[in-house]
Amino acid sequence: MSGFSSFKSSINEIPNNLFSGFVVSLVALPLALGLAIASEAPPISGLIAAIVGGVVCSFLGGSQLTITGPGNGLVIVLLASITSLGDGDLYQGYLYTLAAIILSGILLFLFGVFRLGALSEFFPSSALQGMLAAIGIGILAKQLHVMLGVSSINGSPLELLAKVPWSIKLLFSSPSFSVVLSAGLGVVSLFILIFYSRLRSPFFQFIPAPMWVVIVAIGLSYYFELFLGFTAPFEKSLLISFPENLWSNFPSPDFSIAYSMPFIASVLSITLIASIESLLSIKAVDKLDPKKRRSNVNKDLRALGLATALSGMIGGLNVVTVIARSSVNVNNGGTNRSSNIAHALFLLAFLLLFQDQIQRIALPALAAILVYTGYKLAAPANFLRILKIGKEQLVIFGITVLITLTNGLIMGISCGVLATFLIHAIINKNLFLFTRNFLKPNVLMYLEEESGNYYVSVKNFCSFLNFYKLKKKLDEIPESEHAIIDFSMCEFVDHTVMEGLNEYRRSFARKGGVFELIGLDSHSAETQHPFAIRKSMPDLDFFNLTNNLTKRQLSLQKLAKILNWNYASDLSTDIKDLERFDYFKTKIINYRYNELISKEENFRFFDLSYSEGAFIAKDDVFVSFLLIDLSYSIPQFILDRETFLSNINAKSTYKDINFSKFPDFSRRFFLGGKDSGSIRSLFDSELIFFFESHAYFRVESIGKGLLIKNKSRLSSVQEIKSLFAFATELMSLLNKKYL
Amino acid sequence: MKKSRFKNILIGFAFSPNLKANVFEAIRLAASLEGSLYFLHVGDRTSFKEKTFNEILNESPISPKKIHTLWELGNPVEVIIKQCVKNNINLLLLGALQRENMVKFYLGSIARKITRNSPCSVLLLIKPSIDYIAAQHMVVNAFKSPYTENTITAAFEFAKALEILKITLVEEISRSKVAETAEDDKGLRLVTQRKKEIQQEEHSRVKEIIGRIPDNFKINKTITSQSIFGARGYSIGHYAKIVRADLLVINAENKRSSFWARVFPKDLEHILSELPTNVLIIQPENK
Repeated sequence: MSGFSSFKSSINEIPNNLFSGFVVSLVALPLALGLAIASEAPPISGLIAAIVGGVVCSFLGGSQLTITGPGNGLVIVLLASITSLGDGDLYQGYLYTLAAIILSGILLFLFGVFRLGALSEFFPSSALQGMLAAIGIGILAKQLHVMLGVSSINGSPLELLAKVPWSIKLLFSSPSFSVVLSAGLGVVSLFILIFYSRLRSPFFQFIPAPMWVVIVAIGLSYYFELFLGFTAPFEKSLLISFPENLWSNFPSPDFSIAYSMPFIASVLSITLIASIESLLSIKAVDKLDPKKRRSNVNKDLRALGLATALSGMIGGLNVVTVIARSSVNVNNGGTNRSSNIAHALFLLAFLLLFQDQIQRIALPALAAILVYTGYKLAAPANFLRILKIGKEQLVIFGITVLITLTNGLIMGISCGVLATFLIHAIINKNLFLFTRNFLKPNVLMYLEEESGNYYVSVKNFCSFLNFYKLKKKLDEIPESEHAIIDFSMCEFVDHTVMEGLNEYRRSFARKGGVFELIGLDSHSAETQHPFAIRKSMPDLDFFNLTNNLTKRQLSLQKLAKILNWNYASDLSTDIKDLERFDYFKTKIINYRYNELISKEENFRFFDLSYSEGAFIAKDDVFVSFLLIDLSYSIPQFILDRETFLSNINAKSTYKDINFSKFPDFSRRFFLGGKDSGSIRSLFDSELIFFFESHAYFRVESIGKGLLIKNKSRLSSVQEIKSLFAFATELMSLLNKKYL
Repeated sequence: MKKSRFKNILIGFAFSPNLKANVFEAIRLAASLEGSLYFLHVGDRTSFKEKTFNEILNESPISPKKIHTLWELGNPVEVIIKQCVKNNINLLLLGALQRENMVKFYLGSIARKITRNSPCSVLLLIKPSIDYIAAQHMVVNAFKSPYTENTITAAFEFAKALEILKITLVEEISRSKVAETAEDDKGLRLVTQRKKEIQQEEHSRVKEIIGRIPDNFKINKTITSQSIFGARGYSIGHYAKIVRADLLVINAENKRSSFWARVFPKDLEHILSELPTNVLIIQPENK
């Protein structure tokens, strides 16, 4: 795209981005406040980070859809820094920490200048997961108390966890009104967050869950004050307070202990976590981008560094790329960096206009958001998932979690790396394999002149230690091409690499290329299995559905028998024909199962698991689909129920095509596509009457394939039958036209 | 035109279990290249050694024509190099085992030292065998260097003598020539575009070289070329291994005695540290 036309299209997309920026700011407001409070920093410092970050990074950043602001992972390091550097004087600790933040911003900027965006790739995946889980436990441990209305508890994460029963007991032993009210608000908030994703009503989903929590908290405060006449329903210590005058009294960072060891350690851990969290998030958001753009991570690091330093100078926290807010941005139709700046400006507006209201938010409500965040990071499901990959991975994970919780982050991640390396050496019974070959080049990539394929051969070993070398080569292959990765000369491939390669496989599938792994079948121990790649797809092992069929599966089997179709209950990750549909543009497909295939193999019905969003905004959704292969080509189109959100949501890429002759159809259905002329000629009165007279189905055509979906959930057997009837009738109409 | 550029061939031998295989390989090679063969042993000349050696010579199915056997004392590296100069040797054969550690075990770092300092071309044999195994595929370096054309010509000559049918010319191109990074979509497009251009340039350069090679060397040969972006020396070795080449032909390194050359191993060292297959190192002619 030329500079001018891309500029023009970004002008056209401004309304979309303003909207998504607005929705993001609704999530960002409570998170920014909560993360700052959880770090024992003034609440406004989180907002400063989000506002400065949003403005700076949208001008200088290298990615399109990411949202920047204060990060979850940093809570623990910042908390440790603020409480320890000030020797108990929180405000002094905050001033020292601001100095550390400024320095870490400069370091981050330098990382970007020296193109160290590959930094996060030097950490073994399980150790990284362990570190994130430990951060989650750390957040959870402290915020559980605050959620229950007890704000005055301190200690190490494990001590805090042990004290949870005590806080619960306190609640029941001395039930003063304000304590019960606070705890009640906290628990209700947590329930809102947990059950939010279950309610798939568009009206309710319009406002993100964290904002509902804020609305409930502010509403409660007003209700007690205005209707019940309480002057201060919540204790002062459980409320947010802003400085009297926002524009003066900026805190001045204190560099006086800049040469002390604890200070330097703080700077390093802040930088480490900030860069890891940002890099992981940027990569994750790239996977959600409907336009499939590749982010420039080094440019992003430079922007984040600069933003962090600026934010630190005026009293704000670190600026990092945050995955949850970014995925909210994608889901609400954000298309470029302007949504990030919009989110920052909305936050600024909230701060200026609703200062009083914000100060009514009681901490237990915000703590509930953080508890939920912490839980998402440390959920038992994560432990199970890692156990499924291999026992040794759980050992690495466990060591990292434990040491991070007891001895801090730097120590934790270092031990995780060391443990991984030792386990690799033990598995291979060979230390030389690693020491002798560590520094040697081990990857050869070339474009095969005969076939036009990219061939990549890996030698010796490939693990987290040298994965960056492989990645550097892989990154130079356009994802629309055919790449063959040959491991036959490689003696050992670790889990981090397998997981990383799976990411490549996905992004190649998204952009229409092919990413093949060969030469792994002859591998010993860990990768002996012919489908060694399964190891990197834990979901596959996770649901062992084949043995015991559920009632629904039994009836599907029966249905298949009646129709004389084939039925397979097992999971399949072959998803490449689905990625082409618009519907999956912002979704990550996990696997499909319960497949019913017609005799001629042109009808495929299946249940599909896919994810929307990421991290705390992540929903795993299970939906049934019918996929029809056509022997001829029809115009590409999307037909869906028309709702008030269809204009601002993902569908906005196409304009709704309306027919003046069929006002009823036009009112009830959204119809869009690239070539509206050919769609109009396809939708004649017969076809329109057909759609009008049947129940709502979402139908998407990509020319030679049709994807039909009923509701956004699994279909019952009865619904499947009516879906088949609908599809058969639709096909006979189309066949009449095209055959 | 002279008969063959490999007129005089020298092999150093030691009384190792590989002796017979080494001797047979050398005799076969000398016969194919129609050259005279010099056997050199650095060590005491005892009657037992002489007897063993002669027995092996007599067992050979091909009766060697012009054979000279030299017995010398002294530092193996120095002696071998001195004898090469003295006898106007064109090709020096060295036996090696596949792992670097193993080579050290038999010959110490001797083979390496000789290779680095040899005045003539060197053929490193990784799996000398008693029976004849036909070589089929030869990989030749074709990167841009004043010595490359000579190497390619020598390789073709060698291929003709040994009846190697398939020849792949590999253009190793330093990644830094691309001068772009694939950090984002625009970068990736530029990188892909730039690589394509460089590849085309390299191809036409190599095509010209092939055009200048005498036609009788090219009869019945399958000639292909392949460009690779990567570390020089390393890439071609890895490539030779992937395509299961029987022989890898490379330029001898132009001597660089600077400090940095010692600190950072150069092209040849990558191959010497992990011999992918038999390696023929071609020394420039007029040396």
